[in-house]
Amino acid sequence: MNKIADAFNGKKALIAYLMAGDPNLEKSAEYILTAQEAGADLIEIGIPFSDPIAEGKVIQEASVRALNAGARLDGIFEMVASLKDKIRVPLVFMTYLNPVFVYGYERFFHTCKELGVGGIIIPDLPWEEQEEVKLPASKYGVAVIPLVAPTSSKRIERIVKDAEGFIYLVSSMGVTGVRNEITSNIRDRVSELKKATSLPVAVGFGISSPKQAGEYAQWTDGVIVGSAIVNMIAEHGENAHYALGKYISELKASVSGKDTF
Amino acid sequence: METGRYGPYGGQYVPETLMSAVDELCGAYERYKNDPDFCAELEDLFVNYAGRPSLLYEAKNLTKDMGGAKIYLKREDLNHTGSHKINNVLGQTLLAKRMGKTRIIAETGAGQHGVAAATAATLLGMECEVFMGKEDTQRQALNVYRMRLLGAKVHPVTTGTMTLKDAVNEAMREWSQRVDDTLYVLGSVMGPHPYPMMVRDFQSVIGKELKKQLIKKEGRLPDAVVACVGGGSNAIGTFYDFIGESSVRLIGCEAAGRGIDTEKHAATIAKGSVGILHGMKSLFCQDEYGQIAPVYSISAGLDYPGIGPEHAYLRDIGRAEYVPVTDDEAVAAFERLSRLEGIIPAVESSHAVAYGMKLAKQMPKDAIIAVCLSGRGDKDVAAIARYKGEDLYE
Repeated sequence: MNKIADAFNGKKALIAYLMAGDPNLEKSAEYILTAQEAGADLIEIGIPFSDPIAEGKVIQEASVRALNAGARLDGIFEMVASLKDKIRVPLVFMTYLNPVFVYGYERFFHTCKELGVGGIIIPDLPWEEQEEVKLPASKYGVAVIPLVAPTSSKRIERIVKDAEGFIYLVSSMGVTGVRNEITSNIRDRVSELKKATSLPVAVGFGISSPKQAGEYAQWTDGVIVGSAIVNMIAEHGENAHYALGKYISELKASVSGKDTF
Repeated sequence: METGRYGPYGGQYVPETLMSAVDELCGAYERYKNDPDFCAELEDLFVNYAGRPSLLYEAKNLTKDMGGAKIYLKREDLNHTGSHKINNVLGQTLLAKRMGKTRIIAETGAGQHGVAAATAATLLGMECEVFMGKEDTQRQALNVYRMRLLGAKVHPVTTGTMTLKDAVNEAMREWSQRVDDTLYVLGSVMGPHPYPMMVRDFQSVIGKELKKQLIKKEGRLPDAVVACVGGGSNAIGTFYDFIGESSVRLIGCEAAGRGIDTEKHAATIAKGSVGILHGMKSLFCQDEYGQIAPVYSISAGLDYPGIGPEHAYLRDIGRAEYVPVTDDEAVAAFERLSRLEGIIPAVESSHAVAYGMKLAKQMPKDAIIAVCLSGRGDKDVAAIARYKGEDLYE
């Protein structure tokens, strides 16, 4: 298993999100490798769900495309298995609780272990309900990565206690998607978090331009880019390899402080 | 039982961005639910604005026609705005005001909850925005106009199946963007804790009145209480005061659409399995991979793939029964009640009337069935005409 901690080891992590099965599973496998070659340090593989309540339009539409193209858990697991010898960066899944629950927690996390997927992000799993997931996940060494929102302040200590992997810092209120402006004070929020945890903190929700990514990388351990990448696949479909590679390498340069912005 | 849990069901499965708002609501509800001023103000709104208590009407013609048990109708259709939805909405909007909120948002299926929310918001001086599946805005165009007339902004939802479940998704997304000044006024006994409990409490006035009224008229409890179930708010409101009365059968009527052996139904208890959606663990219509299934019913208010967690629990422990009722049966009951009693029921409530009729025939004449007539049917007239093949548009 490629360890999540490796993504943050001595560098600022660029975390790329791709929706499995958009535009189809074969292309997803290719684009995951594209992201790795272009410099992504950790890759979040989205498992589509019919009712993604934390997503904005871009990822909602990608979920619909992936489901219509027939992407379901078994097929997604096969796709990830096909990458096993080529993947050097850590992988995590991002999905909603219901597909995991219905598949069966034991069976799901056992499969994660076999595939070398070291973590999971579940937006509709708050601290209050995490126990039913954390027990089977930890049995198979899968980290349940918690999200921290701008309104979490009083809840932070509870959330980060016993957390694993990294902390997903939600930049702004609302759903995922490209924003013109991120309203919360990331710098202050990160220093508050750092008092409570030694885990890496990566920021996501609404980060799209390399410039923005570079700015946030200054205050955090990593930057998560999702909707902007998914948008690019929506635009280019099966021919997104070049555009995706170029964009992710720009993000990477910026996050590493090697950009020219 | 753990707070917010009904056996294995219930819980608070919402994104972290909403948890502070859900926590705040829990605290506010605990603080005000027994507050004398709050309760007095709500009671005053119930009596002097909504027109409570609603009548308990003995449907003599219908009883005679069935030739069996005596049928009573709990006339929630006579409430202001035409359904039971006003009970919950007055409670939540009043609570929102106490919490210092200035804006409420709501989802709606048939439009009854949306109209009630728009009404309460106007009355209490709040802004109101309603999310409604685009398909439902077309099925229930008059209710969309009503909401606008009342000053609410209506957002047609174009994602997913464009019905009630998608309206809930969109309302949750909207709430997660703006929690400071906004309360999400959920319309049924679903969603994360405290909604299933709070909405049940506000709706339990139905069963409390029914019990008192029937004891006054008949000197005894009913043998069966029947209500339709989408999310299940009128049903739990009707059942709640009878749960401890083991002689009373509690029967929820689900929308079987074109039949539970087809794919066109919304019969969650008959066909669903355990899942997690909209903040709760409960029963849902879904596929083997946990993707929520598109559901169908002639009634926009029952067209929901899940059911409130307390209903799932009452089913498990055998305290309540749930039966599927088809579109055809509901439409037949809609017509029968209109012709026999001069009461046009909502197509949702017609599901309960249909089963009440069926049950009456199987029971002796000295038995008593109470059916919750949760809403009036004016909104459905054009749709039923079209269902019967008439080319009628609103």
